[in-house]
Amino acid sequence: MTQVIYDSTFEGWLSAVFEIYELKLEDVVFAKSEVSNALLFSDKHLVSTDLVKAKRVLNGLKQKLSKEGFANIYRAFLSEIDKIDETLFQYVKYIFSSSINVEGDLSNSPVLEVRKAAHLTGRESHRMEAFVRFKLTKDNLYYAIVEPDCDVLPLIERHFKNRYADQRWLIYDAKRKYGIYYDLENTTSVQLEFNANSNSSKFLAEICDDDEEFFQNLWRRYFSSVNIESRKNTKLHLQHMPKRYWKNLTEKIPNLKR
Amino acid sequence: MVHERVMEKLAILADAAKYDVSCSSSGSKRENKGKGLGDALGKGICHAYTEDGRCVSLLKILLTNHCIFDCAYCVSRKSNDVKRAAFTVQEVVDLTIGFYRRNYIEGLFLSSGIFDNPDYTMERLVRIVKKLRLEENFNGYIHLKAIPGASDELLKEAGLYADRLSVNVEMPTEQSLKLLAPDKNHIDVIKPMEYLKNEIVSYKEEKKLNYKAPLFAPAGQSTQMVIGATKENDMEILGMANYFYEQMNMKRVYYSGYVPISYDNRLPAIGTPVPMIRENRLYQADWLIRFYGFNVNEIVGFDQPNLDLDIDPKLGWALRNLNQFPVDINTADLELILRIPGIGVRSAYKIVAARKFKRLQPEDLQKLGIAYSRSKYFLAFASPFQLQRDLTSIQIKDHILNTQKSKYKNDFSNQLSLF
Repeated sequence: MTQVIYDSTFEGWLSAVFEIYELKLEDVVFAKSEVSNALLFSDKHLVSTDLVKAKRVLNGLKQKLSKEGFANIYRAFLSEIDKIDETLFQYVKYIFSSSINVEGDLSNSPVLEVRKAAHLTGRESHRMEAFVRFKLTKDNLYYAIVEPDCDVLPLIERHFKNRYADQRWLIYDAKRKYGIYYDLENTTSVQLEFNANSNSSKFLAEICDDDEEFFQNLWRRYFSSVNIESRKNTKLHLQHMPKRYWKNLTEKIPNLKR
Repeated sequence: MVHERVMEKLAILADAAKYDVSCSSSGSKRENKGKGLGDALGKGICHAYTEDGRCVSLLKILLTNHCIFDCAYCVSRKSNDVKRAAFTVQEVVDLTIGFYRRNYIEGLFLSSGIFDNPDYTMERLVRIVKKLRLEENFNGYIHLKAIPGASDELLKEAGLYADRLSVNVEMPTEQSLKLLAPDKNHIDVIKPMEYLKNEIVSYKEEKKLNYKAPLFAPAGQSTQMVIGATKENDMEILGMANYFYEQMNMKRVYYSGYVPISYDNRLPAIGTPVPMIRENRLYQADWLIRFYGFNVNEIVGFDQPNLDLDIDPKLGWALRNLNQFPVDINTADLELILRIPGIGVRSAYKIVAARKFKRLQPEDLQKLGIAYSRSKYFLAFASPFQLQRDLTSIQIKDHILNTQKSKYKNDFSNQLSLF
């Protein structure tokens, strides 16, 4: 058994796939560099991320899959589901071993699992397109904090760039400790520490634009005004807006106490 | 903006607009141009869900709830004693932009009570949309109400700036409309619909010749019917919906279960439950017609004027047509697979993709996420062929109802509960 250690990035994983084929490694287990766990009786193979190798694997996959099937591989990887790197490798082996496109073979487990993982990431990125709540700062930056289940910032970047082309914005993933920042020209990935208590009234007064609190209160008022009491349906409400998202949703945070 | 007053207006005018159930923000072709604000291309987004489980996609408000009409079913009717308010043009613009920039909404859904006369009202609505588009370079989604009786010129202008237009028929039949809204006629509603339909068709023709042709209501038109305020049966309602889909090229027909808001004795009394199950069944039937290849006559008819409340209309159809089953999912056409209870559109496509690789067995279907406990009564498997006992439709229905946890179960329990 060989433990293949990569740097936890998608390109790193693709490089690993390349080297497994190149070196004809068999019976592989994937490990990410930071988790040096104890598979005592295995050989270790350390992969250094190589964009050329990654590209060659991608090109190979591209020729075997539909456009959507190809995109699903990246999406599945971003799902961060336990052992998805292994499942994806099973899938990739099946893809390269077959002369036809196998992405529709859904009674095959790796095919179905990859599809499900991609679907999960897709749903989460759609959710983030919905649940981002920007706050405006005094220096005209719209910033938002999110904590998505999957690593979706790379997938939603373009959506926000197209939509908010004329405002500077920052979306920060507090779980993964990085953000994407748009400076009116380009988006870049940024690392920073963020004040966790950004919902406090004091923080709003210091950092935020004068009208920010007013708009938040307007939105809360709107949100409660459009509810129809006699149709109350808590189950449906929770199904669409699970509680884990509430702490970053302006309308689910009670009015600020002064 | 004068903060307190705007806050109060928003509460009044959002409350008055919430009975219009249209929420869609999808299907437009409007892209962000020249680094402006917003993009309404393609898919819709529900940004929040209220405690009643309905989605919040657009800032849905009335320009004003002052109204010269006295339609009994409407909360803003002239004779109703409610607080009245009116936004200024600038207030609506500021609210829309402020909400949109914070990613609260996909855009604006603007409607209005009729003040003074239809043209005057429509002109105000158009002025707001124009300002958003031309002065603010706003490319988010705009759904605008077309006011019945407004001039063709104003409707045309509205179509140039809005993504979707809608005229609500509200009452499914002319008799009901006459009963509850004596000032109105069905023809007043049909006329602008027809005008919009023709304009949308000719825009599409023009687009083929000249891809730069200006957009005209790219997300089409929709309408809404109030359900349960009057005595129409589901056949009349779905028949009317079918007419809108076929004759008016409607993108959507919405069904709004009547929420009692009046002591008027022509209407269900306050406290009467909202007919939510019926509303749900109507939407299911609507989906069968639009996405599953069903004809309205297969779902309701003179012998069956109302949809079953305890089972969904697709299961209802299957039970009335057991002679069409069992279906072998390994060989049947997609159209037939779509008719099997428990198999939705996505599942049907998954089956058709997966069966190219191997003959699918029951366990494969379960893995694919198909509601097998429901569909098994309608499936044929070459071998083993064990599941097809000769059950009657009543037996199948009982089996399904007993094994499934319906969200509506409590409503149908015929056991008396003592406590």
